[in-house]
Amino acid sequence: MTSQEWKFTIKDIAEKPDLFLSGHRACAGCGPATVLRLIMKATRGPTIVTEATGCMEVISSIYPYTSWGVPWLHTAFETAASNASGIEAALKIMKRKGRIGQEQVDVIAFAGDGGTYDIGIQALSGAVERGHDFLFVLYDNEAYMNTGIQRSGGTPHGAATTTSPAGSVIPGKLEFKKPIANIMVAHDMPYVATASPYYWKDMLTKVRKGLEVEGPAFLHVFAPCPRGWRSDPAKSMEYSKLAVETCVFPVWESVDGQCKLSTPSKLVALAPQKKKPVADYLQGQGRFRHMFKPQNKKLLEEVQRITDERWERVLKKCGETSKTA
Amino acid sequence: MTSQEKTWKEIAPAGVCSKSSTGFLTGDWKTYMPVRDPAKCTRCLQCVLFCPDGAILWHPEKGDISFDYNYCKGCGICANQCPTSAITMKLAQE
Amino acid sequence: MQSVAKQETMALAGDQAVAYAVKQSDVDVVAAYPITPQTIIVEKFSEYVANGEVETEFVCVESEHSAMAASLAASATGARAFTATASAGLALMHEMLFVTSGCRAPVVMAVANRALSAPLNIHGDHSDSMAQRDSGWIQMYAENAQEAYDSVIQAFRIAENSGVLLPVMVGLDGFTLSHTLENVEALSDADIKAFVGIRKLPNVLTHEGKNTAFRLDPANPMTMGPIALQNYYFEFKRQQEEAMKNALDVIQQVNSGYAEVSGRSYGDGLVEAYCLEDAEVAAICLGSTAGTMKTVVDALRQDGVKAGLLRLRTFRPLPVEQIRSALANVKAVAVMDKSMSFGGNGGPVFHEVRHLLYDADKRPYVVNYIYGLGGRDTSPTELRSIYETLQGILQAGRVETPIHYLGLRE
Repeated sequence: MTSQEWKFTIKDIAEKPDLFLSGHRACAGCGPATVLRLIMKATRGPTIVTEATGCMEVISSIYPYTSWGVPWLHTAFETAASNASGIEAALKIMKRKGRIGQEQVDVIAFAGDGGTYDIGIQALSGAVERGHDFLFVLYDNEAYMNTGIQRSGGTPHGAATTTSPAGSVIPGKLEFKKPIANIMVAHDMPYVATASPYYWKDMLTKVRKGLEVEGPAFLHVFAPCPRGWRSDPAKSMEYSKLAVETCVFPVWESVDGQCKLSTPSKLVALAPQKKKPVADYLQGQGRFRHMFKPQNKKLLEEVQRITDERWERVLKKCGETSKTA
Repeated sequence: MTSQEKTWKEIAPAGVCSKSSTGFLTGDWKTYMPVRDPAKCTRCLQCVLFCPDGAILWHPEKGDISFDYNYCKGCGICANQCPTSAITMKLAQE
Repeated sequence: MQSVAKQETMALAGDQAVAYAVKQSDVDVVAAYPITPQTIIVEKFSEYVANGEVETEFVCVESEHSAMAASLAASATGARAFTATASAGLALMHEMLFVTSGCRAPVVMAVANRALSAPLNIHGDHSDSMAQRDSGWIQMYAENAQEAYDSVIQAFRIAENSGVLLPVMVGLDGFTLSHTLENVEALSDADIKAFVGIRKLPNVLTHEGKNTAFRLDPANPMTMGPIALQNYYFEFKRQQEEAMKNALDVIQQVNSGYAEVSGRSYGDGLVEAYCLEDAEVAAICLGSTAGTMKTVVDALRQDGVKAGLLRLRTFRPLPVEQIRSALANVKAVAVMDKSMSFGGNGGPVFHEVRHLLYDADKRPYVVNYIYGLGGRDTSPTELRSIYETLQGILQAGRVETPIHYLGLRE
């Protein structure tokens, strides 16, 4: 881990030219687009990006147009991490043989929840086990949005998707959100972190840490999708803030297995009376609308209970308590 | 499909893209457009960061921001996030 | 013509010969997953890596799908990439094979041809690679371990040729070739290194208006593997077909170029004709069976039968003109298939040969012999019966049975 933390102000970020260019075809208000655009501003030098099939891939590479100011490769849905493995290995050997310069080239793999939790998990786990030097960024909009809002392993309990609709018998997804960041921590990998784009400074610091670490790094980023969540496009950043304030999406990092709560979540831990109820986050999102019907009261309570339980576990893991420090 | 599209002999192999997306103007997507009151704006630059389309630019030499309506899709994130409510969404002209 | 280079006779099984060829070919990245009967290739190569005998990044991927993804990505970064697989592994890569050829990545892959499940069978047949004949890969089949060695080396030159830029798979029959020891003449490291050279990248125009080397290079960004909608996809596919057409010439050129160094040539590189000049009855086959068939042809010739054999060394691109002219005067042809196309009125090679003969000036009788599935051994006596059938067809003046299953218990 670097001894010098990257110091930057909002002006520094605003001044950096975009490497994820305007003119892409993402929906108005797309959370992942903001995430990718900001992350590409945190790159530190020569960078190669590889991406899994998904929203951010499709909207940024409609032939003949491209939104990428860096070398970029897409091959398939499962392959963000396996591509990154091949690129990293090629760079290593080509440098050793003197075929390319010796400068550091960062490799970033982007994937949505499909390409990470589900179809992409094998390649991710394998790449991490092999210790390739790359940063894997999961932009989590909590369903297979690009193909029409179908449920994924990252879809939260109770959410309505097109393959887990809120029907008269089954009220949305019955299964729970796979704890992907915990799974990555269990790989004993150098750096794992969760981030939410409203807290851009925390997110970009983590991107840099992930790039600087030698070996694999995993960043789980919360990325609201107004289309799939049936939410107001203007509120994507607001939801990214609420998710942390309600503890639906705690932000933390794990450096060589040592977990530490990040400031935005730490503020909640320090003032638990200010922790917002989950309903504040759920309402306004069409995918949770059914949970506010009287017959689904238990479901709403269940979601609050799960949120609280997971929050307690995060606190414990990070060596915090929910009492004031 | 326009007659400007190239034949198989003219395009680069393997789908290597030939144009930057900055040549594709998404500004005509918008129904509403952000209008800023410069008097209320504190140049906090959050709108610059949060715009999914990079349609708000910071000009350090001028010490001010500008809106690029060629790309702005009218999502309203900037207006929603502005801490001083300096930005309002107005119906865009044809 | 320069004199043939000095070579060393080594006792190598097919898999070992392939590993040795890769060792000598200045390969940058090998990403592979083990599967019988390819395992010796990766195991042998691992030894080279562990002993510091190669300058290669060896990536022990967690599945064949990742093997092809990593190989493709390494190739896109500008590295020379090689992988190997068989059977189910090749099937698992199916999606990625199309992506690799679509991305015009000159990956070279050895396939230790083995039957596809179910039921599970680890032995040799061509069902694995035949199932990939539409994938846009150049497909070659080796008759023996020597050819497996020579073809892998040639494959780098063929794939990387700027008029081709297509991935190449070299098939060697599972166990029959992969695991059987032969005398293999190996060229020196220096000669092979000189033959394959360093990978030269063609130039391509990027979205930044730069005409630059076709690879992922931060100094010259380009976007590879975009989404191409209805208005462009078709054009990219047509480009691949043109590359296949160019490959017909390039394969022949590389074959002759290699012959100058090694003294070994495989027909014209595309097909190998054996006793076909005046043959009346002929068989067509791929791979190791050709070796046995040649001894069968010799015996028949001894008995005064005008028998011949056409071995297809290259199956993709299909050497249409070469096959037509080789069979121009043959009266009855048996096409041998070591795989099936269920419900397809015969095997894949039968389809293709019969199809290309439709436009021939003189159409011979053409029948199909499906044989050797799941590693079923076929004896010289059984193989000879093919020619007896062909002679019977000529005598009767008609075909009784268009499709035969040789060695099947019926």
